Amino acid sequence: MTRQMTGAKMVVQALKDQGVDTVFGYPGGAVLPVYDEIFQQNDIKHVLVRHEQAAIHAAEGYARSTGKPGVALVTSGPGATNAVTGLTDALLDSIPLVVFSGQVPTFMIGTDGFQEADTIGITRPCTKHNWLVKDTDKLSETIHQAFHVATTGRPGPVLIDLPKDVQFADGEYTPPAKAKVSHYQPRVKASIEDINNLVALIEKAERPVFYTGGGVINSGPGASQLLRELVDATGFPITSTLMGLGAYPASGKGWLGMLGMHGLYEANMAMHGCDLMINIGARFDDRITGRIQDFSPNSTKVHVDIDPSSINKIIRVDLPVIGDVGHVLEDVLKVWKSRGRKTADTSAWWKQIEEWREVRCLTYKPSETVIKPQYALERLEALTKGMDRYVTTEVGQHQMWAAQFLNFEDPNRWMTSGGLGTMGYGFPASIGVQLAHPESLVINVAGEASWLMNMQEMGTAMQYRAPVKQFILNNERLGMVRQWQQLLHGERYSSSWSESLPDFVKLAEAFGAKGIQCSDPKDLDDAIMEMINYDGPVIFDCLVEKHENCFPMIPSGKAHNEMLLGDASVEGAIKSDGAVLV
Amino acid sequence: MSALRIQQGSTSHSAYDLRDYHAEVIEKHTLAVLVDNEAGVLARVIGLFSGRGYNIESLTVAEVNHDSHLSRITVVTTGTRDVIEQIKAQVGRIVPVHEVHDLTVEGPSIERELALFKVEGTGNNRIEALRLAEIFRANVVDSTLESFVFEMTGTSEKIDAFAELMRPLGLVETARTGVAALARGSHV
Repeated sequence: MTRQMTGAKMVVQALKDQGVDTVFGYPGGAVLPVYDEIFQQNDIKHVLVRHEQAAIHAAEGYARSTGKPGVALVTSGPGATNAVTGLTDALLDSIPLVVFSGQVPTFMIGTDGFQEADTIGITRPCTKHNWLVKDTDKLSETIHQAFHVATTGRPGPVLIDLPKDVQFADGEYTPPAKAKVSHYQPRVKASIEDINNLVALIEKAERPVFYTGGGVINSGPGASQLLRELVDATGFPITSTLMGLGAYPASGKGWLGMLGMHGLYEANMAMHGCDLMINIGARFDDRITGRIQDFSPNSTKVHVDIDPSSINKIIRVDLPVIGDVGHVLEDVLKVWKSRGRKTADTSAWWKQIEEWREVRCLTYKPSETVIKPQYALERLEALTKGMDRYVTTEVGQHQMWAAQFLNFEDPNRWMTSGGLGTMGYGFPASIGVQLAHPESLVINVAGEASWLMNMQEMGTAMQYRAPVKQFILNNERLGMVRQWQQLLHGERYSSSWSESLPDFVKLAEAFGAKGIQCSDPKDLDDAIMEMINYDGPVIFDCLVEKHENCFPMIPSGKAHNEMLLGDASVEGAIKSDGAVLV
Repeated sequence: MSALRIQQGSTSHSAYDLRDYHAEVIEKHTLAVLVDNEAGVLARVIGLFSGRGYNIESLTVAEVNHDSHLSRITVVTTGTRDVIEQIKAQVGRIVPVHEVHDLTVEGPSIERELALFKVEGTGNNRIEALRLAEIFRANVVDSTLESFVFEMTGTSEKIDAFAELMRPLGLVETARTGVAALARGSHV
């Protein structure tokens, strides 16, 4: 049955029909009709952010922690351009988002009207797809198509640009079930030959390693379950990218820890020395590979990915398997079991891995007088272990330490900006996560500089009573920038000092939230417990060692087996070839 | 000089790949891309090429099926084999793209381009231009006492050759459509 209604009403109706319960947004002239419809209903909750970038990051946090698409609504011109960073972030991390932007009326497009921007042109390279809707009759179908595209295949952000006259005009509403079937139907099942070949490799490998990424999490909780089953049944070691943490539990017996530039020694050495690398839902990002020529020189490489453009983009692989991670893992398990659950003897490989583990690459010099950032995270982990906990982060040293020192037992519990590295992501993302999981403990592990980038969201956290915990490792520095300046630029610390910082406790109080400052390791446990037990948003100003470097580290332009393990080996670590890399 | 020793304008799309790309052969491929004829679809394809640093040698686009609103984009591009594969995969994942065909590797194909040449001159040059046009099967589509406009269809190489011959004879302006291409044989 089709119904006549205004375009603005269609937006709300389509969101309801798509099962949306929360929209993050900020009103403005060009989206007033939609906001008017939102006002007149109670099914969809609108969350008023304080900046459009935060609306997108909050929607990302919501999406990443629920597995559902995140939805945001912004106005034309500056509303849309403020959303660009968030859209790019979601594109690089494959987060499904549906973003609506207002636009000047169709008859004004191209006249440089007030708050007009070429939103479709600007967001074309930072969305998976976008649409300018010029006809109200086509609006509902476009919205349904947008949800389909955002969530099908490799997920990503999409945007619908809504001219104001299209919102006011009447048109015919098409419900999802009646919408045209999209030709966009990426392949999810891999070919049986590929599965058989992969199983044959699994049966023969003596030094195998699973290298998994965000694609496992995007494939849904079922994929994580199948991954656990396969890893545990084969007894193979597994490492993961930053984006994939939690797909396999940190307490699992195959777990090596995160790999990559600041990954664990044993994980990177296993990648370097393996004879079979099974990449599942990761993309050989430059944070992972180090120097390409020396990347895992003696291994047969398998790459499972739903996106054919990921195959051979950076690393040439021997066996590409194109399909959805969940489907592929299910088929691999089925075939491997039916062929008799065979594996080669991997005990020598494990012995080697244990030797690498003995290096204890996360060791740091403890202090009784200053809080070491690693210590702060160890205590946070110890005190929140077993709780119903979600963690977001900002970007920098604290993010890497969080990935190293916090343990994740389940998927969708860890939200971080991996591909784009967006400072300012974590705080709004934590609000999005908290609103999706009101009863859970949501902690944003932050640096003071990143956190200030979206600090206006304290208003949002207070307004919606989102008791998010802002755990700021405050070293009064842009720590990662400072670390690179030390390694690469002769200790000339150009603009990496966080000058004129606010008093975070007073800042919290100014918003009506709780502020806690801690500078003594002896007080840390009590202070963390106070943060956890407080019913409301908390800014935790954790004053940490100011010059701590993040190790281990693969210096840029180096290979996996050339990791730096501590301060002693830092001098001249990055050669001229590596110096131009980021 | 760049510490990376990657020549400027290299099609290498990962700065982390420090391999010497010059060792690899640059190939020229003709791609046929079937797309929904919707607003901005060409910008999506071109934006992908410029955004990822791929080359476009020539590009043609027109709607070829009015009932299903499908357009055919023919792109001639150059790159190493890996880059060409990457281009095809990247184009293939654009949502309104239905099919990507690499006519260069999918079997024999026909490639044709249309060109218009304005040649000014009198006396012997004018006679020579007309004689060469006959040899190349170019048609005169406009004429004054001091000029001809020749129309010619053929492969890009043939058009290049004709342009080269016309240059000393008074070639003043050229318009080319870029390559349109189809696979040979009965199959689609």
